Amino acid sequence: MTATAATLPATGTSGVAERRRPTRVRTLWLAAAVGLLAVAAMGSVWIGSRGVSLSDVWGALSGSDETLGEAAVTKRVPRTLLALIVGGALGVSGAAMQGVTRNPLADPGVLGINMGASLAVVIGIAYFGLVDPATYIWVAIAGAGVAAVFVYAVGSLGRSGATPLKLALAGAATSAAGTSFVVAIVLPRNNISDTVQAWQIGGVGGATFDKLGMVAPFLAVGFALCLASARGLNSIALGDEVAAGLGENVALTRAVAATGSVVLCGACTAVCGPIGFVGLVVPHACRLVVGPDYRWVLPLSALTGAALVTVSDTIGRFVAKPEEIDVGIVTALVGAPIFISIVRRQRVREL
Amino acid sequence: MTATLLPPSRPPSTTLEVTAAAVARGRVRRNLRRRVVVTVLAVLVAGVFVLSLLVGHTYYSPDEVLRVILGERVDGATFTVGRLRLPRAVTALATGASFGLGGVTFQTMLRNPLASPDVIGITSGAGAAAAFAIVILSLSGTAVSAMAIAASLGVALLIYGLAYKDGVAGTRLVLIGIGMAAMLHSATFYVLSRATEWDRAEATRWISGSLNGSQWKDVVPVLLAMVVLVPTLLLQSRNLSMTRLGDDAAGALGVRVERTRATVVVAAVGLIAFATAAAGPIAFVAFLSGPIAARLVGGSASLLVPAGLVGALLVLVADLCGQYAFSMRYPVGVVTGVLGAPYLLYLIVRSNRAGGSW
Repeated sequence: MTATAATLPATGTSGVAERRRPTRVRTLWLAAAVGLLAVAAMGSVWIGSRGVSLSDVWGALSGSDETLGEAAVTKRVPRTLLALIVGGALGVSGAAMQGVTRNPLADPGVLGINMGASLAVVIGIAYFGLVDPATYIWVAIAGAGVAAVFVYAVGSLGRSGATPLKLALAGAATSAAGTSFVVAIVLPRNNISDTVQAWQIGGVGGATFDKLGMVAPFLAVGFALCLASARGLNSIALGDEVAAGLGENVALTRAVAATGSVVLCGACTAVCGPIGFVGLVVPHACRLVVGPDYRWVLPLSALTGAALVTVSDTIGRFVAKPEEIDVGIVTALVGAPIFISIVRRQRVREL
Repeated sequence: MTATLLPPSRPPSTTLEVTAAAVARGRVRRNLRRRVVVTVLAVLVAGVFVLSLLVGHTYYSPDEVLRVILGERVDGATFTVGRLRLPRAVTALATGASFGLGGVTFQTMLRNPLASPDVIGITSGAGAAAAFAIVILSLSGTAVSAMAIAASLGVALLIYGLAYKDGVAGTRLVLIGIGMAAMLHSATFYVLSRATEWDRAEATRWISGSLNGSQWKDVVPVLLAMVVLVPTLLLQSRNLSMTRLGDDAAGALGVRVERTRATVVVAAVGLIAFATAAAGPIAFVAFLSGPIAARLVGGSASLLVPAGLVGALLVLVADLCGQYAFSMRYPVGVVTGVLGAPYLLYLIVRSNRAGGSW
């Protein structure tokens, strides 16, 4: 208590100064993220189980596939693009979710929403004869929506409302149940059991331009919804009453941002399977450098998330050559320690 | 508490006598209830155990099963019962009891029904280590158990250390445990993806637990561990119950809190680790047994024995269901996972309704 009182004035003033970053600094960070993204994308097409020369990379990117190296690079292009857009979507989805719930531990993976999407697709394939991957996306978004409502409803029952702990536990339970159901449904069905792991741990290995084209419109809608509610999320961060006092339609903003967030993570899960912790880690990192303004956090989360998933996928291909580690495994191994450090650093109850 | 602070309206001796008599009656009633519950549970466990030896794709009469157990040769039954059903049933019994005992120990010690070893990542630690030992290091038997127990102890220490910050807050410990569990879960997936021949049955064992292919050589380490660790835990059960009052109160009552805690943690983690090495991290058994036992027994008596029995019963019943209730044989962990998750959500709902704050 005394420590808080002593440090409060100091952190108070410097906190304000620190939080109001000049636009120039933020623009610089944004530029840095774009640079990082370019490097990550470059690395992703360059590094893989077959070593290729830089001239092969340039050749392939300019449309040639004469040499083996160029052919390999051509194969890596859709995969890299998928990693980029999925990473961006998950980053924005997590940031919007944290804004909607005002909960620092919100993440489509931690809250079990990705698992809900996964389970919905598996149920669709097993019981409703779903074969068209384009319908997967609708089903996955529906599943993600149901899971999100369910987890939030269960986690926010009771007097203290949706505390981080209750949400995380409700999410963990939903995830565990979802995993068990996925295994229970998939095991007896040999026709879909090859992909059982894909519905438990996500990866971007099966990327094609068709898939990219299918998922892109959904992600565009999701991005638009989230970015449109950025200003509203800033007001909500001040508390519901204050936001309402400022003329914000709190319920509408929440609904729009949550819909965007669910569409983004549901669509991602439909094409790659559940990838966790990206939506958790990325927004926190972004807040550190541009402050809490969602108008900056959301776009920067998109860029950083894209870079993170692309780099994770490259690491997964590089470390286990000639095998691959699914990107969902890498992001969990990288993200969980950061989750733990967030829990350790923050006074969890008050967030 | 408030009642004792009020000025006595009647002569104290009378009040004390009345209170003492009420307390004594209450104790007798609770002890009776506890004894009845434990007896019923034990009978149920024995019943399901025998049932799982008798039924299956072929039915064998109790007489045949008994002759097999006594070492006689019975055509068919010697192999089916002696080599398949008996080791499987014993593994179910031993691992279920171990998970139940280990789970309730953690829940009691951390004073939080959510802080069970499977929620906070200790079971995942054992599972990841066992998978690593088998797939990457090609170990088997005792070496696997040793790796599993070392890893669980390490993970338990790590979670405790990470959660320690002016004392251990339950909230922080559980959240850190959830993060740890997610990481170890992924590590298990990674190890399994490195397996040269991808065996799906073997994979589900290390992700959600399975009794398929249980053999005597897998269950012997669990039984040996139980012989040593269960008495250790039971000897500490009184001290363990008293630590629920808080460290200071327990210390004042003559409990050596730190020593009790260390002994109990090592014993509980040991049970969990050996059980996990034998059957994989069977989902939610450690988590469910304690609360179910508490519901049945009521009151504040030691939950160790009832929770152990509930755990054994859960695994035996779930395995029987998994094998024969559906058109397809499911690993036991899938059944307990599907059963257990709704219960966790129910617990959250109930605890919210009661206005509990955790």
